[in-house]
Amino acid sequence: MADTGILSRRGFIVGTGATGLTIGILASCSPGASGPEEPDYSDLPPNDEVNAWVHIDHDDTVTVRIARSEMGQGTLTGLAQLVADELDADWDKVTTVYPTPGENLARERVWRSYSTGGSQGIRGSQDYVREGAAAAKAMLIEAAANEWGVAASECTSADSVITHGPSGQTTTYGAVAGAAGKLAPPLEVTVKDPSEWKIIGEAKKRLDTADKLIGAQVYGADIGLEDVLKDTDATPTELLSASIRQSPKIGATVASFDAAAVENMPGVRKVVALNNPFGEGQNAVAVIAETWWQANSALDALPIEWEGGVDFSTEAFEAELDDGLTSDEAFVGNGGGDLAGAFADAAQVIEATYNMPFQNHACMEPMNTTALYTDDRCEIWCPTQNGEAALAAVSEASGLDIQNCEVYKVHLGGGFGRRGAPDYVQQAVMLAMEVPGTPVKLLWTREEDMKHGFFHPTTKGRVRGALDADGNLTGLHLRISGQSILAALIPQALQDGVDYATFQGLLPPGVDPRLEDQTLKYSFDNFLVDHAMRNPPVRPGFWRGVNLNQNAIYLECFMDELAHAAGRDPLEFRLAHLQDSPEAAAVLQAVADRSGWGQDDGKHRGLCVMYGFGSYVAACSEVTVDEDGVLSIDRIVAATDPGHAVNPQQIEAQVEGSFVYGLSAMLFGEITFEDGVAQETNFDTFNSMRIVDMPEVETIIMPSGGFWGGVGEPTIAVAAPSVLNAIYAATGKRVRQLPIKDQNLRDA
Amino acid sequence: MATLKINGETVTVDVADDTPLLWVIREQVGLTGAKYGCGIAQCGTCTIHVDGSPVRSCVYPVGALSGEEEITTIEGLSEEANHPVQEAWAELDIPQCGYCQPGMIMAVAGMLNDNPNPSDEDIDAEITNICRCGTLARVRKGIKLAVEKS
Ligand code: FES
Ligand code: FES
Repeated sequence: MADTGILSRRGFIVGTGATGLTIGILASCSPGASGPEEPDYSDLPPNDEVNAWVHIDHDDTVTVRIARSEMGQGTLTGLAQLVADELDADWDKVTTVYPTPGENLARERVWRSYSTGGSQGIRGSQDYVREGAAAAKAMLIEAAANEWGVAASECTSADSVITHGPSGQTTTYGAVAGAAGKLAPPLEVTVKDPSEWKIIGEAKKRLDTADKLIGAQVYGADIGLEDVLKDTDATPTELLSASIRQSPKIGATVASFDAAAVENMPGVRKVVALNNPFGEGQNAVAVIAETWWQANSALDALPIEWEGGVDFSTEAFEAELDDGLTSDEAFVGNGGGDLAGAFADAAQVIEATYNMPFQNHACMEPMNTTALYTDDRCEIWCPTQNGEAALAAVSEASGLDIQNCEVYKVHLGGGFGRRGAPDYVQQAVMLAMEVPGTPVKLLWTREEDMKHGFFHPTTKGRVRGALDADGNLTGLHLRISGQSILAALIPQALQDGVDYATFQGLLPPGVDPRLEDQTLKYSFDNFLVDHAMRNPPVRPGFWRGVNLNQNAIYLECFMDELAHAAGRDPLEFRLAHLQDSPEAAAVLQAVADRSGWGQDDGKHRGLCVMYGFGSYVAACSEVTVDEDGVLSIDRIVAATDPGHAVNPQQIEAQVEGSFVYGLSAMLFGEITFEDGVAQETNFDTFNSMRIVDMPEVETIIMPSGGFWGGVGEPTIAVAAPSVLNAIYAATGKRVRQLPIKDQNLRDA
Repeated sequence: MATLKINGETVTVDVADDTPLLWVIREQVGLTGAKYGCGIAQCGTCTIHVDGSPVRSCVYPVGALSGEEEITTIEGLSEEANHPVQEAWAELDIPQCGYCQPGMIMAVAGMLNDNPNPSDEDIDAEITNICRCGTLARVRKGIKLAVEKS
């Protein structure tokens, strides 16, 4: 919690003999034999912020306010790089804090969106974040110029030092930050041209690593009384823990539970049923106890009867998905030309059907929130991807005005889209209201987390292609059948019933400004992509990469099938349709070149190229499949063109991580339902890649400039198709049913 | 009642014998570096050392300890974050969200205690921790760098 709370100040280091030094003395003070001594600024009042984005201490520590959440993706460091560069700050003295959502509200949303998803952290805020930093720099320079009585235009800045050119005198940001904060912000600022960047584009180390190596990073699951006391004005004397059981069956409610059976167990304070935050009735029972282990042990022993619910089964739902594949009615996402004519004239027609099962996000840190409710205030400590939505949820659940609520964000132990939903926030607030004045930490078990996800939706894709006698693709129809995320979560975002987000990566330009970064880069003459919406009663969610993932499987596995049917090289076959997208062609060519595509070296390779979240991505995977059908993914070459590459080494980390996420789903990931109950409940049945499964990954970062693409998600989409295509190259077998799990890759 | 020697200190805790060591360490001892990820010995986020060997503490009942064992958690792995594994991790900037990393680091450090120069096959067999952020490629590089540093 050390880095949250905007008013927290860095501790001052007082060196011996340095007491009482002022800045003026410091300027003329050369380091002694024992090295530079830290001056003591404790006589000075703390500086006010320069502006909303930047606070600078007397000792030149630059604290950058970061609204988006750090969940591993490196956005904290990337955003700080944007600010520090524009500010001409000394990178070694940059640190970060999360301004609270309550402060944002009180300051008329000066930090704008807190939403952290859609690979938007950097690209969605780079303009106003950089402008804020440029304004702060202008104010710092103006303050120095005022002090010297010179023109600001004669001053320059670098590494947190301002220099007056003509006289050569210098001062530091820390020395003028207080005065700068009192100046009016400039009416206009110009941000740097990319050619002037010094910190953006550098492979800087992350700012949040040190604590993560020694167990000192405090996650939501780790919140203790002392963490709460740092932030709240209330004076609780203990912190209680809670565990929860939600109805195993979709839509079921609590019929009864025998609290008396567990009330006398060690540490137990309360046994309560909780209202469903999103539906009718009570759908959960929780125990509040002195420790989490006690709470959870009591729940294990607690007899609970459930009633009602939906008898949903994934197996039975297959029939609905299949119906959608051939239905006459479907929403059109993209298309043009004369598809019927193309199929009528085809020399060869091929067809294939693929699937994408439900996926759980399975963040390493299970869902949790700590809440403290008093009569007039409710505060939470929360790992959330959307601080403002969490704040609204606190207000709603507590019934208190939003001004009387607050959210203290902590770094997330993974998010992947799951932590945008506030279900666990509402539950924690309801529990805190049972014990006013005492904070309660609600932590879900892994089993709860696995069964009560916002699941990546299930769909099937049927693709038909027409080839002429020369092996040219003359017609293509991709029918997607299955669940719409927007229909369930944001129905107001549907356009005449159509969920255009279903068509991520397949859209034409101009459909929706919010989906301009998800367009199809292939050019096809006669073409149709449509969606037969089939919505199961399972709540869907935005799972890292979202709909791009399965759309890439449907399109890119089929492009491979087409190329082979046409007797053409899959690289050349794709490039023939990328003539209008040199960027997409370039990433594809780059992975082909680096991987040794086309060489007769006995390796089995598969390709994939996609555009999504504003970035161009491609992969070439190499696999071996042994005689028993056991798969080994040996090497993956990946390329990404995100326009501007803010931190290449973190992009590399995101690309590598994307393969783990995407290939874990391909290899193992599926949530199935029987009688409305999720069958996979922990990592024994919902497995995730281990190091033994991990291929070597080579990442080519090729920023072509001129645009800002995301990096946290797009690469996931190329993971599975490139490997599935490589499996075909190795075995001649098409895997179209996911996950691979224990399918024998040698059986026909 | 149980007595533990943890990171060089002796502590006595009042818990039921079947309480997993993970929860004793987190809730009674108050060290939260070791994490809960699955509770069924699948993910490795709770890995600590008992007498230098890696143990998944979520399934290790506190009653199974004699009180003589030396327990080490991530907080006690080194004095100043200078264990070779921590140094390698810092150099390669391995953690993403970081939630799995205390367990990952303890698993690797434990392996190196027994096997200071593991082959790739040894690594595959012994490091079976889950990392949903996907740091696995860097973890392998980090292990090799830690071996060089040891
Ligand atoms: S929490 Fe112990 S192995 Fe997962
Ligand atoms: S770093 Fe996030 S789970 Fe491993």
